[in-house]
Amino acid sequence: MKSNELSLHDRRLLNEFQHNFPLSSRPYAELAERLEISESEVITQIERLQSAGLISRVGAVIQPHTIGYSTLAAMAVPQPEVESVVEIINQIPQVNHNYERENEMNLWFVVTAEDEQHLDQILAQLEQESRYSVYSFPMERDFHIDLGFNLDWKHPYTPPSKLVHPAAFS
Amino acid sequence: MDEINRKIIAATQNGLPLTPHPYSEVGNQIGVTAEVVMDRMQEMLDNGIIRRIGIIPNHYKLGFKSNGMTVWDVPDDQIDQLGEAVGQLEFVSHCYQRPRHLPDWPYNLFAMVHGKTRNEVFTKTEEIRTLLGDAVQAYEILFSKQILKKSGFRLQQTPQPPKEGL
Repeated sequence: MKSNELSLHDRRLLNEFQHNFPLSSRPYAELAERLEISESEVITQIERLQSAGLISRVGAVIQPHTIGYSTLAAMAVPQPEVESVVEIINQIPQVNHNYERENEMNLWFVVTAEDEQHLDQILAQLEQESRYSVYSFPMERDFHIDLGFNLDWKHPYTPPSKLVHPAAFS
Repeated sequence: MDEINRKIIAATQNGLPLTPHPYSEVGNQIGVTAEVVMDRMQEMLDNGIIRRIGIIPNHYKLGFKSNGMTVWDVPDDQIDQLGEAVGQLEFVSHCYQRPRHLPDWPYNLFAMVHGKTRNEVFTKTEEIRTLLGDAVQAYEILFSKQILKKSGFRLQQTPQPPKEGL
């Protein structure tokens, strides 16, 4: 299943329920009511979107620093060394995101540990093992109220045959 | 964080069950009723431990292939007001104040911008620059080149002793 094969219901499921998922005994039935389909159809559709990789999960997004202590860390590693340093970083179980970015400061990853001391320990050990400096950028203030991510599908919806412009997902 | 909340987070971090009564299923796993699961999750939403509960799409698979981490050097005494303004932009998914590392890294405001194409990210970044106006001392866009690792936040079922080594 590709993103350009999404039905109207698929798109509504993906965009309209990123927050305020019901805390009630039958939450999928509430979604079903909003979408005017059955509860079992909602569940089947979520399963389908999830197995296609278009939904990561249905669940809670946890605020950083409320459980454990985390930081965004970065390293400036020359291209020939990137692969070996990435291997060292990715072996750390407390690293849960790691991106290579187009910048001299090219490796960016999130580290979450039980407390600040343990986090510092992990970063110090990484410096020692990789022989490159690790810069730590812990969040000092959060300026964004997280309501999910607007997938930018325009309303009102056009009929299914023209539902998604091919260029929209290129 | 008490033990029940910890268990709820651990039991749901890979997702709520896709069954008609997901909260009672979670409750069964950890030995409480569905009502306790729902009350505790509501409480964690109210006190900010949980940001939101919802269907979490995979942006990348949905065509948002280009993500630019925009970084800005703005005066510290204006960052509260500027950060609030940038954080409210619809296309910004994260907006944080983070420490500078001078002289290597002068930037103190980070805003994540997603787009289907690079150009879309450039256009949106330009909007931020306009909004920040004269306060911008320097800025950069760090486009993602490759995802090297991505897994959700993982909480152990029971707290583990610190691991030795890396």
